[in-house]
Amino acid sequence: MTTATASAAVPILTMTGICKSFPGVRALHDVTFRLFAGEVHTIMGQNGAGKSTLIKVLTGVHPTDAGQITLNGTALTIDTPRSAEAAGIRTVYQEVNLCPNLSVAENIYIGNLPQKNGRIDWQTLNAAAARLLSGLALQIDVTRPLDSYPIAIQQMVAIARALSTEAQILILDEPTSSLDEDEVQRLFNLLRQLKARGMAILFVTHFLAQTYAISDRITVLRNGELEGEYLTGDLPQLKLIHKMVGREIDVDSLTQPQAAQMAQPGATFISTHGMGHKGTVHDLDLEIHAGEVLGLGGLLGSGRTETARLLFGVDRCDSGAVSINGHSARFNSPRDAIKHGIGYCPEDRKKEGIVAELSVRENIILALQARRGLFRFLSRKRQDAIANEYIKALGIKTPDAEQPIGLLSGGNQQKALLARWLATEPGMLILDEPTRGIDVAAKLEIMDQVLALCRKGLAILFISSEMGEVVRVSHRIAVLRDREKIGELDAGQADERAVFHMIAGGGA
Amino acid sequence: MNLPLWRTGRLTDPRTLPLLITLALFIAMFAYGSLAYRGFFSLQVFLNLFIDNAFLLIVAIGMTFVVISGGIDLSVGGLVALTTMISATLAQNHHWPIWIVIPLVLALGALFGAFQGVLIQYFRLQPFIVTLGGLFLTRGLCFLVNIESITITDPAYTQLSEFRVHLGEYAITTNVLIAAVAFAAAIWLAHFRPFGRYVYAIGGNEKSALLMGLPVARTKVLVYTLSGFCAALGGVTFTFYMLSGYGLHAQGMELDAIAATVIGGTLLTGGVGYLTGTLFGVLILGVIQTLITFDGTLSSWWTRIVIGALLCVFCVMQRLLEKHTTGRQKHRSDITPVSGGRRETTPATAATARTGTLDQLA
Amino acid sequence: MNTSRLAAMARHPLALPLIALIVLLVVNRAFNATFFHIESKDGHLFGSLIDILNRASPLALVALGMTPVIATRGVDVSVGAVVAICAAVAAVLIGGQMHVENGVEVYVSNVPMPLAILAALAVGLICGLWNGTLVSVVGMQPIIATLILMVAGRGIAQLLTSGQIITIYYQPYFFLGAGYLFGLPFSLFIVAAVLLLLWLLTQRTALGLFITAIGINPVASYFAGVKARAITLWVFGFCGLTAAMAGLMISSNVKSADGNNAGLLMELDAILAVTLGGTSLGGGKFSLIGTVIGALIIQTLTYTTWSLGVPPEANLVVKAVVVFIVCVTQSDQLRQWLVRKPLEA
Repeated sequence: MTTATASAAVPILTMTGICKSFPGVRALHDVTFRLFAGEVHTIMGQNGAGKSTLIKVLTGVHPTDAGQITLNGTALTIDTPRSAEAAGIRTVYQEVNLCPNLSVAENIYIGNLPQKNGRIDWQTLNAAAARLLSGLALQIDVTRPLDSYPIAIQQMVAIARALSTEAQILILDEPTSSLDEDEVQRLFNLLRQLKARGMAILFVTHFLAQTYAISDRITVLRNGELEGEYLTGDLPQLKLIHKMVGREIDVDSLTQPQAAQMAQPGATFISTHGMGHKGTVHDLDLEIHAGEVLGLGGLLGSGRTETARLLFGVDRCDSGAVSINGHSARFNSPRDAIKHGIGYCPEDRKKEGIVAELSVRENIILALQARRGLFRFLSRKRQDAIANEYIKALGIKTPDAEQPIGLLSGGNQQKALLARWLATEPGMLILDEPTRGIDVAAKLEIMDQVLALCRKGLAILFISSEMGEVVRVSHRIAVLRDREKIGELDAGQADERAVFHMIAGGGA
Repeated sequence: MNLPLWRTGRLTDPRTLPLLITLALFIAMFAYGSLAYRGFFSLQVFLNLFIDNAFLLIVAIGMTFVVISGGIDLSVGGLVALTTMISATLAQNHHWPIWIVIPLVLALGALFGAFQGVLIQYFRLQPFIVTLGGLFLTRGLCFLVNIESITITDPAYTQLSEFRVHLGEYAITTNVLIAAVAFAAAIWLAHFRPFGRYVYAIGGNEKSALLMGLPVARTKVLVYTLSGFCAALGGVTFTFYMLSGYGLHAQGMELDAIAATVIGGTLLTGGVGYLTGTLFGVLILGVIQTLITFDGTLSSWWTRIVIGALLCVFCVMQRLLEKHTTGRQKHRSDITPVSGGRRETTPATAATARTGTLDQLA
Repeated sequence: MNTSRLAAMARHPLALPLIALIVLLVVNRAFNATFFHIESKDGHLFGSLIDILNRASPLALVALGMTPVIATRGVDVSVGAVVAICAAVAAVLIGGQMHVENGVEVYVSNVPMPLAILAALAVGLICGLWNGTLVSVVGMQPIIATLILMVAGRGIAQLLTSGQIITIYYQPYFFLGAGYLFGLPFSLFIVAAVLLLLWLLTQRTALGLFITAIGINPVASYFAGVKARAITLWVFGFCGLTAAMAGLMISSNVKSADGNNAGLLMELDAILAVTLGGTSLGGGKFSLIGTVIGALIIQTLTYTTWSLGVPPEANLVVKAVVVFIVCVTQSDQLRQWLVRKPLEA
């Protein structure tokens, strides 16, 4: 089953025959996993492959249904996060899982606060925290509450917490999703140091490039089962993707520019002049035509989502002008933007997009009904017709329209959100990370839908942190850096390198 | 906040601002009373604030812990009444000695709190509804014990009730001593014991606290146990104060305790709060009553109206400060979390909290 | 009947509250053979069941108003105080005297009765909108926002009545709470009208969809263009209005207004009724019929304890036990344990 080269070393941790089911879902079945000291080990797999379940089993969030865990050769029972910590297994989660109201020092040591004469020794605590953080090249006031610092610092504090006591195993669950390139490098340097000290590191990420930059060993999961364990050097990218999806996939099709070959765009739908909002983006000039995809290029934090929120009226512009179809417009709320024919698929699908316990039908008609108001209630027949039309047109996989949307997979939820906006017959769609957390095949489908919509004359603003996707679907790419637009590239001349070149300061 | 206020030195921190305003308000109200009414400005009037509100302070201490942990306890008023009722029945009608009665009612209070805590924690029920049931239960039990008011003439109780510590020409009661000890113990618990920090952590982000391996379940049950204990202790002091047991005692005290806690700067969303603030919250409620008594022309219902108005002002202020602080870091607060959502940090908000990251990292 | 249909019926959200109500009724029947008897006197129906329906009316009204509030993730703990305020407004405005002129009793009110009723309803609406404003515009947590009026409200009611219990001497006003129409208590028609209005609003307009959506995910609803703020505001406003109706009904029934005790602990009964009816306190899906059943359960429970000869004060203990039982049986945690146990065995 495993294809890893024989290693003389004995793994520090082995998990064998791990099974875990949730009501209606078999999340893990007979999974084996090994972790070696002094190595970075990456778990790869599509959404639903069981990566996060495996992590949660290892960290004691979910108890296993069956299987064994041995640490240093002795069997171990992990049934709570506490027992995992006690065994020297430390975890840094994707979202900073610390307490925003406590001080930095407390966040690092809570659960293990130094005490003297039966009381907390604040001096020792703060000194130890400061020392630990300066070891990570971070000099901050440790007595201040955590939420007075930006996310990247909070992430570092989380790592510091993980390292604050004797740790044998460090688990990083997508820690880079909120870090920019520079911060990722800083994190990787830190990981290399830890590795050199003999720590076993389990690293989970969605980014292929990061996997190859840092990991020594890769375990691939598929559909809750072990696909195999490989040394990174033995597994080229293409093969890895093949293992993850279980079939050959044309990776190039993910990055080939396609929009450029399409018909020329029509009239200007929206144009902004000097649009800005204090503290987020400023002085933004954008123009999007009907039948055109404008991609937003830029690193995380460059102001992409902020731009989308301004255009959708979630935040109010405090400078500049917006005009739609040549008439000036002002949005004070999403309602205003919707009235002007704009739809927005937000980045955080769960929190800002779907209404989980409502049916697919109700989710699809929600925006249309909201625009019609309380009293022009769509008849049940109309609702069914609209829902079924889009379920069919977009290929939403659901038993029927009455299924609660929360039970659908991420990709199908995203399609239902697209349907929600299409039902309002919009002039423009803003798609903020529409492919995040979706498996590769669904990504392709979503992108094809985007192009198809564009062909029908919709104006589309496309935002993605995967630059390849932006390049693939966009007619033009507006490049953002530090909350400002620094230039535009046409589809013909743009590839990923050109965009990064511009961001790096090379100009167009 | 990690340190007691006097050690942080950050008085302009938006989180400590409500506390400062509370302090200023208390001083201003006391000063107004001193200027407006003859005989108001005296140490005894000040000490009377403690004498007349010792039981409220004790109850509010328990409430502060509960609110900081992100919960609420509506049962405390009923528990105070039940404690007076049980104490009176045992001491007066059954002639049990006081040294058995008091430990017994304290244990019962803690047990009742623990029971509520278990329901909240292990059955994942909302604190509001569980402690509401607790309020029904305790008030109802009072009347099952006795519908009438029982006056206590037990010598041990009357002696303790009449006991005074004289400070020159002024005096304080047993209740004040008990409240002072309770307050000191609470400060120690909140700021110098891990338990207190766990309470703050749970109020800040319960999910994180769990993932950090903190004993969340135990702490939450203990918080309600503590609140039950405080309510029972409040009931004991209330018994000394009134020398009677009655099912209608301490009507609405849960509201006063919550009001004192909020006016003292504790956020009802959990995670932020100070016992010192609660102390001043209680004193402010006391001053309002004293002012109305001194005025003589104002009717008693003005107390409720003024407390309501103050509560309103402080809640709105908390809300605005919350908007201000979160607004600086993320703009997400101006969308409508209709029911006032918890503050949570998500990767999505991360992007906006980024300015200056690199300088700070470097 | 085959088992799968039976199982489906048992899973229906209204099954549990209905069974609870039926059990209570049967218990009553066991202790009181005439419990189900209804007789007609002077064209008016009398009997235990009618009595329960009649007495449950104010609670049912308040609970109906509370249902959409809870469905939008809110809660209104001020309704008891609003009941007291509105009862006080009506009592002060109507007051009333009876003169005997030429041997004929003539009733005079301070202010024309319709005006007084409108004023009380308006005050209730304003109270509700005040709560709604604090929640939707200022952005406070509903419990906290309504706590303010809960604390201040009784003070305001006493201010209006100058701390007195105001007795009403105006005969026509008593029809509201004690009158009969078509042989049935008039209050039942008011409850039915409010229920019908709410049902039409939530089923025949998009209001039900919007309320549910806001309750499940307020942010996503706002992003979809639902007027979350306005709906929250008016849902609270409506809750104030139903509290005012209940206040009128109560003051009409007891012919007086008591700022201190009118509607005391009613907020708790109302919340209990809504929860008993199967609406989750976490917001989302709601059931109006369930709420009415919940109110009936509470009133039947009161009736039961009373007819069993238990002191009325002990009723609180019974209610508390019901709260605990209902909460625990509704908790997902219990279900998980129950489901897991057989698997382990």
